Amino acid sequence: MSVIEMDGLRKEFTVRVKAGPLRREKRTVTAVDGVDLRVERGEMLGCIGPNGAGKSTTLKMLTGVLTPSAGRARVCGLRPVADRTRLALRIGVVFGQRSQLWWDLPLRDSFDLLRHVYRVRAGEHAARLARCRDLLDLDAFLDTPVRQLSLGQRMRGELTAALLHGPEVLFLDEPTIGLDVVSKQAVRGFLAELGRAGDTTLVLTTHDLADIERLCRRLVVIDHGRVVHDGSIAELHRRYGSRRMVVAELDAALPEPPVLPGAPVQRVEADGRRLVFALERASVAEVVAGLAGLTTLRDISIVEPDIEEVVARLYRAPAALMDAP
Amino acid sequence: MAERGSAPGVAERGSAPGVADLAGLRAYRALLGAQARSQAAYRTSFVVDLVGNVGATVFDVVTVLVIFGVTRELGGFTLRETLVVVGLSSCGFATADLLVGNIERLPRYVRTGLFDAVLVRPLGALPQLLLMDLPLRKLSRAVFGLAVLLFALVSADIDWTPGRVALAVAAPPAAAVFFGSVFVMTATVSFYWVDSGELANAVTYGGRDFTSYPITVYGGWFRALFAYGMGFAFVSYHPALALLGRADPLGLPSWAGWAAPGVAVVAAALAALAWRVGVRHYRSTGS
Repeated sequence: MSVIEMDGLRKEFTVRVKAGPLRREKRTVTAVDGVDLRVERGEMLGCIGPNGAGKSTTLKMLTGVLTPSAGRARVCGLRPVADRTRLALRIGVVFGQRSQLWWDLPLRDSFDLLRHVYRVRAGEHAARLARCRDLLDLDAFLDTPVRQLSLGQRMRGELTAALLHGPEVLFLDEPTIGLDVVSKQAVRGFLAELGRAGDTTLVLTTHDLADIERLCRRLVVIDHGRVVHDGSIAELHRRYGSRRMVVAELDAALPEPPVLPGAPVQRVEADGRRLVFALERASVAEVVAGLAGLTTLRDISIVEPDIEEVVARLYRAPAALMDAP
Repeated sequence: MAERGSAPGVAERGSAPGVADLAGLRAYRALLGAQARSQAAYRTSFVVDLVGNVGATVFDVVTVLVIFGVTRELGGFTLRETLVVVGLSSCGFATADLLVGNIERLPRYVRTGLFDAVLVRPLGALPQLLLMDLPLRKLSRAVFGLAVLLFALVSADIDWTPGRVALAVAAPPAAAVFFGSVFVMTATVSFYWVDSGELANAVTYGGRDFTSYPITVYGGWFRALFAYGMGFAFVSYHPALALLGRADPLGLPSWAGWAAPGVAVVAAALAALAWRVGVRHYRSTGS
C-alpha cells in the first residue's frame, strides 16, 4: 500500500466577482483538477508549479485542512478529513507561511507543549529534540521567545516542531521561502539527512528548484490544478528537450562551424573562438575527439541543463509542451 | 517535563484521540497553561485590562438601577425581581464571553493561519482555539456577574425549595452554555461570509441586552423573534419566574422556567453541528 494515494482529487471554490455596481456573479474556480498520484514509503517528492497552480491546496487536502470537492485521498491508509485527529498523530506539517509555535513563549516551551499535544513519551521526545538541536543548531535560541526569532531560526524551530512526534510523513509547504542562503542550506541539509534515514516520507512544495535538485529524486510539476510532469529531473530534461552543452574554447577561429554527428552547434561566440555544442546523441568524448582533429583546443567545459529554464518554458506553455513528442 | 511515562505514547496509534480521554485533557490543560504564561508576559496591561473589563458589566446593572430611579415597576416586575433577571443574564453572558467569546475572532484566526495550524494537530479545533486565545482578563466580569446574581438571589425574598435551589445552581451554567452556543453559531457564519461580524454582534450582544430585562417590556415580532425564535427567553426570564414563584404574564406554563437546561443542551448540539459543517466548508487562504 502506498503511503499517499490520490485518485481524481479535485477542489473547487466558488468566488463572487463584481459584475456591476450591485450585482455579483458566482463563479467556480477549479484549484485542483483531478490529481492522481501515489507516493511510496520513504520517497521524497518535490512539487513545483506557478503561484495558484494548486500545490498548497493539494497539500491541505492531504493534511485534512480542506475537504476535497471530489475524488479520493488516503494518507497512511486514513481519510484526511474524516480521520483528521488520528492522521495528525502520524504526519508532520510545516507551512512556510504559518506557524505551529507559540509566539510569546520561548521556543523550548513550544516543544514541551507539543509533547503534550501529540502525547509523546518524555524519553522519545527528549531523544528527538536532542537530535534536532544538534542537526539544526537550536541551542543558541532555545530560550528566546518565538516572536524575537529570525525567519531562519523560526523555520528551524518549525521543522523540529513537526518532527518531535516521529511522523511517518512530513509535508512541507515552501519550507525555504524567504530564507537566506545559510538557512536554506541548513534546512536542505537537515531534510537530506532525514531522507537518507529512509523511514520518513517527504512531500514538499517549493519555488526554489535547488531544493528539489538537492532533495528529491521524483519531481511533480503541477499547473492549472493538473499534474503535467511526474518523474525524475533527468526525465523532465529529456522530455522537454533540454540538453547538456559542451563549450569549446579554441586557439583560433575555424573558417566555418564544424559539423559533428549528434552534437549540433548552438552558438558561436568570441569571433568564432568559442563554440557551444548541444549533446544530442554524441558523448562529450566524441565531441572532443571530433574537434581535436580540426583544431587546437584551449579549454573544454560542460554546462548542465538549466532546470529553471525548462520550468519557465513549461509554465508559459504547458499544453504545447505536453503535446510535444 | 514531569509526568514521565504516564502519557500513552505514539505507539498507541489505533485509538482515536478525543476530548474525553486523559491524555487529551492533559493536552488541553497544557494549552491553557501556555495561554496563561503568554498573557503573563504582558503583566501590567493584564492588570489594567482585568480592572477595565468590569466596567462593561457594571454598566448593565447601573442601567437597570437608573431605570428604577424613575419607575417602581418595569414590565410588571419590581427592582428586586428584575435584578434576578439581570443577574442570570450577566453571570451567564460574562462566563460564556470568558470561555467562548473570542471565537468571534475566527476570521482573524483564518487570516493569520492559526486555523490551519490548529487543524493539523491531533485535537479538536474549537477547544484548541478557545484555549489558545482564552481572554483571562475577562475573568473579572464573570466574577462580577456572579456577585450580582448572588446579591439578587439573596435580596429577592425567594421561597427556597429543593427544586428552586437546584434551578438556581443549574440556570447560570445553562445560560452560559446557551450564550456560548450563540457565540459559536454566529462565528461559523464567517466560514461562508467573512464580513459577518456585525451581524454576529447584533445577535450575541443584542441577546445579552434582551435577556437583561423581563421580556414583558418588549413587544410584537421583536419579542417573538428573540425570546422564542432564538430561545433567549429561557436564559434568564423563565428561570427567574420559576425562582420567584411568579406566573408568566405572557401565559407560558410554569415548567418553562425548568426547561432552561434542556434548551441550553439543544443549543449546544446545534452549535456543535453548525461548527462541524462550517469546518467542512472552510476555504483556508492562499499559499
